[in-house]
Amino acid sequence: MSEVRLSGVRAGYGDVEILHGVDLAVPSGGTTAVLGDSGSGKTTLLKVISGFLRPDAGQVQVGGRTVAGDDAWVAPERRGVGYVRQDGGLFPHLSVAGNIAFGLPRTGIARRGRAHRDRVLELLDLVELPADVAERRPDQLSGGQQQRVALARALAPRPDLVLLDEPFSSLDTALRTATREATARALQASGATTLLVTHDQGEAMSFADEIAVLRQGAFGQIAPPRTIYGEPVDAHIASFMGEAIPIHGLASHNQFRCALGNLEAAGFVTRGAVVAILRPEQLRLVAPGEGSVDARVSRVTYFGHDSVADLELVSGTPLKGLRARVVGPEAPAVGDTVGLWVVGPVRVFPG
Amino acid sequence: MSVSSSGTLRAAAAAGAAGGPGPEPDRQRAPGQRAPTRRRPRRPASPVLATLATLVAALTVLPVAVILVRAGSGPPGEALDYLVRPRIGELLAHTGWLMVLTVPATVVLGVGAAWLVERTDLPVPGLWRTLMLAPLAVPAFVSAYAWISVRPGLVGLGGAVLVTTLAYFPFVFLPVAALLRTLDAGEEEIARSLGVGPVGAFFRTVLPRLRPAVSGGALLVALHLLAEFGVLEMMRYQTFTTAILQQYAVGFSDVRGSLLATVLLVLCLLVLTVEVAARGRARVARLGAGAGRRPLPLPLGRWTVPAVAALGAVVALAVVVPVAVVARWLLVGTRIRVEGAGLGDLLLVTGSTVGLAVLGGLLAVALGLPGAVLLDRHPGPFAVLVERLTFLASSLPGVVVALALITLSISLVPGIYQTALLLLLAYAILFLPRAMVALRSGLAAAPPELAEAARSLGQNGAGVLGRVVLPLAAPSVLAGFVLVALAISTELTATLLLAPTGVETLALAFWSATAELDYAAAAPFAAMMIALSVPLTVLLRRQITS
Repeated sequence: MSEVRLSGVRAGYGDVEILHGVDLAVPSGGTTAVLGDSGSGKTTLLKVISGFLRPDAGQVQVGGRTVAGDDAWVAPERRGVGYVRQDGGLFPHLSVAGNIAFGLPRTGIARRGRAHRDRVLELLDLVELPADVAERRPDQLSGGQQQRVALARALAPRPDLVLLDEPFSSLDTALRTATREATARALQASGATTLLVTHDQGEAMSFADEIAVLRQGAFGQIAPPRTIYGEPVDAHIASFMGEAIPIHGLASHNQFRCALGNLEAAGFVTRGAVVAILRPEQLRLVAPGEGSVDARVSRVTYFGHDSVADLELVSGTPLKGLRARVVGPEAPAVGDTVGLWVVGPVRVFPG
Repeated sequence: MSVSSSGTLRAAAAAGAAGGPGPEPDRQRAPGQRAPTRRRPRRPASPVLATLATLVAALTVLPVAVILVRAGSGPPGEALDYLVRPRIGELLAHTGWLMVLTVPATVVLGVGAAWLVERTDLPVPGLWRTLMLAPLAVPAFVSAYAWISVRPGLVGLGGAVLVTTLAYFPFVFLPVAALLRTLDAGEEEIARSLGVGPVGAFFRTVLPRLRPAVSGGALLVALHLLAEFGVLEMMRYQTFTTAILQQYAVGFSDVRGSLLATVLLVLCLLVLTVEVAARGRARVARLGAGAGRRPLPLPLGRWTVPAVAALGAVVALAVVVPVAVVARWLLVGTRIRVEGAGLGDLLLVTGSTVGLAVLGGLLAVALGLPGAVLLDRHPGPFAVLVERLTFLASSLPGVVVALALITLSISLVPGIYQTALLLLLAYAILFLPRAMVALRSGLAAAPPELAEAARSLGQNGAGVLGRVVLPLAAPSVLAGFVLVALAISTELTATLLLAPTGVETLALAFWSATAELDYAAAAPFAAMMIALSVPLTVLLRRQITS
């Protein structure tokens, strides 16, 4: 069963339509990442699901219940959808405990933070924060801590669905990874279905079971991370998901003939002129003459864990953007001549 | 008066506090509020909200329309004859001289003091920051009374310039000091690294960026001078505002009064236009993200003593003299009067003043709400138009607004003339920008994102309002209400024209006592006005440091 199902949803602001009829289903307990550039409609999508924007057409179902469309409308506060925003959106006038307990039922005249003490501590533990932050004010927390509190607050009323709107993008690199991992663990423990919106490919791939690529208000491809990276449906998604070297050549059967020699082809293989997408990590550097073609190293960019070598073919055939990712200490020097070997098939798209 | 220039905004915050007309004040940032990370999509405002905001804007523009219609209603030849009389030329010259002398003096004093307090190692800067705002707690006409009662020879241009400069320089000090505090050290340091000395770096990187703050402050001073009545009447220095009130006193010709008011209106528009040109279009905000750093204070060295002496002299002239004189007259009063009656009278007048101030403050907040919601939640050209109209009308002198309301009520709704309602309406029109600005910063402290978060957590509309919006917006809204109420409690000009017979306020009681040269009788009312205005200094000081 799907926790969230969108069918033919169109939505926008005033006369500007931003979502042009999107379909999406997130299975119960699953984690789906909506990946798209800024302006692609990611936040609009979340607003439609959470109930802050009425779709102009189409239907939204949450937990099998129609919450928008077909004349149905369920107010945001009755949808049971948790929402974590990019900036956390903590209430500045409440303590951490007050924030987390905000969505819990009122219990008489007892102060909320006290009444729900146990639940608050349980949630702080779930998001891996120490119990002593409970009495602090939001502005006394670091960015990563604020995001964790925001998650705890969203999880407190035990929602079946949690929406995450770029919750890690305002954090710096090291904190981002730690917060993302803690968030993933907390969400898994809570069993909530999760929809993450992000513009970061690595984040989407490492966080989600499934990725939905949103571009210009419509989904381009919805598939598990491996599929979407390895078997993109078009050249645009291929280069959107990671560094890609476009190579023009001729296809016949499962062969792709190009300046790098005869390569194994996969994808939409037709006969004739096509474009293939090669990932830099598919190129192996071997001794000169031992590969399918020889190249000269024109530039090396060192990253520590790996290096990227920009290459020019010795034959002189221009091939723009040809580069190889080399792991560890095996990086060549500028001016070296190397042999190139392509590992695995290249994806081929109609030219 | 654009929202984009923080300097003007800060400047107007000063106006928000002091007793006169002024354009828009600052949008304070509330605690915990963060800068918006992205622009919200514009949502069209509901028709009800748009209609309410339009009605309020129309109400504030009404005085202008009434004055213009009235001024044009007489025979054109007669109007022209009236306007080209030498008397009008004399009034123009008086107004001109006052502006030419006072505005630059306040700029020099305000910028100099702000620079000393915020950029140098002046001892106890916190104390000086408060003292430089303290003149705002002394109504200008009280200060004039103090000077004239000890130095009767001060009448004329000299006395007028002295008192207005000392009373109004905080309007320049406040925005400039606030801006100096927010400026990052980075640019000065870059200038230094490019081989420019410390003084050169200040002049070439800091001073140009003060331009909007200075021009915004100067605008407020100029508008206050055009609207000033009490000080100039005491100094026997005639300008358009005093002439209109005299004309009114000797027998009211509303066409002539409106003609004079029209000239005053044109002068106001002229000042506003000059300010827009002077402010420039330059960007003054810091570019780029990241935390700003405050520069190291400039060591004063052997200039410390002269600097402290200069600031001390300003405080002595602007605050110590009026307060001491009022205190002396209080003592004189208690010695010559049989005690008891005076105190009861004072309490009664204070009560009615506070009553009017509270009602006027509530009215201003209520009238400001639609426009504030429109501006904060549905920004766009329509909202900006509503805002500009409101602020424009509110930068007119109280005498113009009062005259227009009298004319209007006599000819259209006679029942309302000589009622407190008309007076409250005038207060609301005059001080609406203060309320609106405070409401806007209140709403900004409770952004729609937080309301949405509350709804996601199961709160309905009432719950969102009660548990999120009100707790967050309350401090700003309260501050706005207090600013308006304080302004009302020392308002003189419109009150003189509009107060119903039998209604006595502190300003009116003070004024009638000084008119009879009974300085001792005036002192208790002056002291009470100063006491009521002290919170103003505290509220305004927060705008520099927060």
